Amino acid sequence: MHVAIIGNGVTGVTAATRIRQLQPDWKISIISGESKYHYSRPALMYIFMGHMTYQATKPFEDRFWDDQRLDLIRDWVTEIDVENKQLKLSRTGVMDYDKLLIATGAKSNKFGWPGQDLDGVLGLYSLMDLRKLYEYTPGTKQAVIVGGGLIGIELAEMLHSCHIPVTFLIREVSYWDNILPKEESKMLNVLIKEQGLGLITETNLKEVVDDGTGKVCGIITEFDERIDCQLVGLTPGVSPNIDLIKSTAIETGRGVLVDRSFRTGIPDIYAAGDCAELIYPDGGRNMIQQVWYTGKKQGAFAGEIMAGEEKEYDAGIWYNSAKFFDLEYQTYGMVLNTIQPGEKHLFWEHCNHKHAVRIVYTDEGVSAFNFMGLRAKHRVCERWIAEKQPVTYVLDHLEEANFDPEFFKHHEPDIVRSLKEQLV
Amino acid sequence: MRTLQGTTSLIDPETIDYLYDEETNGFDEPVKQPEPQKNPGQILSAGFIGVGVLSLIVYLFNDQTTGSWMGILLSFGLLTIGGIAYHWFSYKNTIPGIKHDGIMFSGSLHRGAIAWALGILFTGFYVVLYWWPEYLDRAIRLVDPLAMAMAGQPANQWFLYGFLYTLAILIFGVRMFMKYRHNRYHQIRTASVMFFQLVLAFIIPQFLRALNEPEFYFTYFWPLKYDVLFPGTVDYLVTSPGALGTFMVFWTMAGSFIAAPVLTYFYGKRWYCSWVCGCGGLAETLGDPWRHLTPKTTLSWKVERVIIYSVLVLIILTTGVLWISNTAESGFLSEIAEPLKQWYGFYIGAVFAGVIGVGFYPLLGNRVWCRFGCPMAAVLGIIQRFFSRFRITTNGDQCMSCGNCTTYCEMGIDVRAYAERGENIVRSSCVGCGICAAVCPSGVLKLENGATHQDRYPGSDKPLGAFTTALKGAKVYGDKEGYV
Repeated sequence: MHVAIIGNGVTGVTAATRIRQLQPDWKISIISGESKYHYSRPALMYIFMGHMTYQATKPFEDRFWDDQRLDLIRDWVTEIDVENKQLKLSRTGVMDYDKLLIATGAKSNKFGWPGQDLDGVLGLYSLMDLRKLYEYTPGTKQAVIVGGGLIGIELAEMLHSCHIPVTFLIREVSYWDNILPKEESKMLNVLIKEQGLGLITETNLKEVVDDGTGKVCGIITEFDERIDCQLVGLTPGVSPNIDLIKSTAIETGRGVLVDRSFRTGIPDIYAAGDCAELIYPDGGRNMIQQVWYTGKKQGAFAGEIMAGEEKEYDAGIWYNSAKFFDLEYQTYGMVLNTIQPGEKHLFWEHCNHKHAVRIVYTDEGVSAFNFMGLRAKHRVCERWIAEKQPVTYVLDHLEEANFDPEFFKHHEPDIVRSLKEQLV
Repeated sequence: MRTLQGTTSLIDPETIDYLYDEETNGFDEPVKQPEPQKNPGQILSAGFIGVGVLSLIVYLFNDQTTGSWMGILLSFGLLTIGGIAYHWFSYKNTIPGIKHDGIMFSGSLHRGAIAWALGILFTGFYVVLYWWPEYLDRAIRLVDPLAMAMAGQPANQWFLYGFLYTLAILIFGVRMFMKYRHNRYHQIRTASVMFFQLVLAFIIPQFLRALNEPEFYFTYFWPLKYDVLFPGTVDYLVTSPGALGTFMVFWTMAGSFIAAPVLTYFYGKRWYCSWVCGCGGLAETLGDPWRHLTPKTTLSWKVERVIIYSVLVLIILTTGVLWISNTAESGFLSEIAEPLKQWYGFYIGAVFAGVIGVGFYPLLGNRVWCRFGCPMAAVLGIIQRFFSRFRITTNGDQCMSCGNCTTYCEMGIDVRAYAERGENIVRSSCVGCGICAAVCPSGVLKLENGATHQDRYPGSDKPLGAFTTALKGAKVYGDKEGYV
């Protein structure tokens, strides 16, 4: 049995290791044109900023792959021949497979803006993007980042470390307020200002201006205002990277369409991670999950299913975390940017704008948390949400969820006092 | 929203062309724009340091050099003021947070030319200090007034060494304070090592000399301070200085055999290694800029285990042989006792702990001795690994494998390997410095003293069983090998 995996990101690699655990004799090939070995994509920024070497971003030592008999192939797949169960590779010819996992990840969104493919325009997702950033940084006196979000702020931090002034251009009223409630979003605005970055809100990009040689020399907003810049970061989110799949018999929507067991419509072909779109046959909205944790989790499920286990993906209770410059953010359960019908929100913010808590609850019990500048225990928050604990219970036990380092000031007395007042 | 741009070829030709050899070439420092503004405070303090270095050189090259307060002030005084001010101004106007920009591109911090030069300077200093102290004579004379004031006796090379050691911990302690001014854990533990070094390992020993008592360091215990429990030292302490000497022997024994196991049970070995110990104190202050240089490979872990436990066995043997040959007619043992003692003192006490331990900071990281050599760390580590409440916990599934924790672990622990599996980190080498938890961008790690030792890993409820399993060389909790 030969399993071929397209993509050596966290999804492909997690699937491969799960298959190896369950099927010691199968041949497993992992194909990637991006890098020889699997590296941690969230660490891209740390390479550029000099916090880590590239070598240090690799979660496994190089000998791991030989030890586990996982064949690494540095190549790009250019075609999937579904009929003959073959992959065409750009450099090394044809590869036969018995089972195939598509884990091609995502790519940065580009919305057809004039000039979006000029030299000096880039997203931030891959080592290819990182190379481009190296190429474009010299001579950049000013940069504009269009779209904001988590990746936008990472890119800003990277450019900031090179002393390049950055201006954000966002459609929203306040930073990332399509995801964050306005109070949390406002904390990011404060932070962006504190870091000395520019923020232009409620403004769309109209075009990226060519300097006549194919390079960026500025952007023009929808209000025909021009900003001179030599680098444009496009970070209005990512979408499934399915260019390879589109022309095959494998069905695609926004991503590669798969069932809850990551099976595509074609036998023995699976897809998981950022590139997959999970079908909800019972009329629910199809699901695309594009964060590190879901990539890892989907990869583990896909690997187990490919190795012969019968199971269905359980997304579990949503969680995520990020760091905006020095401000940490953790979320458990679904916090939307506005208060949903039936929901009530409690919110506490420290007067220094560096710490905040949001608790979302309904009549049934607590449903979600946001923590800014505070660390909270994943397992405890998850349990409270799963058990639908009453909000009063959660407030009385909030200290149990504290995951801040030792000797840090505990804000719980303030938080609980303030939130209980809001309850009344 | 406009639609995604369609392409005619299946994947982008530019992508297919991509074949950068990231393994060989890596990623260098990007081209940077000039710093937006100069830091006048920094420049001024660098000036102080420069003048301090200059006057030190003048004193060292002048055969007329005699000690004077003015001399101390112009050399070490200016260096100290300049050093402290430099760190103060470096961080003062920055936003509190992790400050690791550019470390991997730095010639002095990432094994560049400056790092090699510093390594040679440090090792050279130790070689001269141990074996050719006469070359330090002018520097020793220079600090005479301070030695007279503190100890009532002229300075010797060990006074000079203690003085410089303490200054290094104080100056770079201020750096730690400023660098981690958003993190009280690091501030408090830094204050602790500064206090223990200054008071217990510098002022009190010199004060004891002034009283004609033995120069005793209350922060070091056997087997790190190996000779303190050698029969010769014990005999001398008990007979010659009398009551105080007896107390010193008692203090050492209590530290080694009571405080070490008890405190390590409750707090892990960090109570000593990154709160009290002078070696740890220097590593956590002067050595902090180089903490990422410690090798992280499984191979280095194997080497570490072989060497550190060999040193432990060696010092137990040496101490044992000395006592037996001291108390009984033991023939053969008496013959090897003295050479063994000399050998250990030279190769382990001086070469390993001093020359390599500190001299190699800029090349192999700040805990070379603590990780590979220190027998005290070995003993505390065994207790921490099998019978302690201390652990580093992982926050559920929040780890995204970035590797900052592993990179900045000064003990070479692959912290990420545990964190990404949601497992507790329970390792004998961990000194509990807490930097992994500080650098983690998703807030995944926390140093904790649990309510019991039993819930740290499968089998931790039976410490003796876990210990004997490990002794037999079987796979035990925490072994990375066999992980898939």
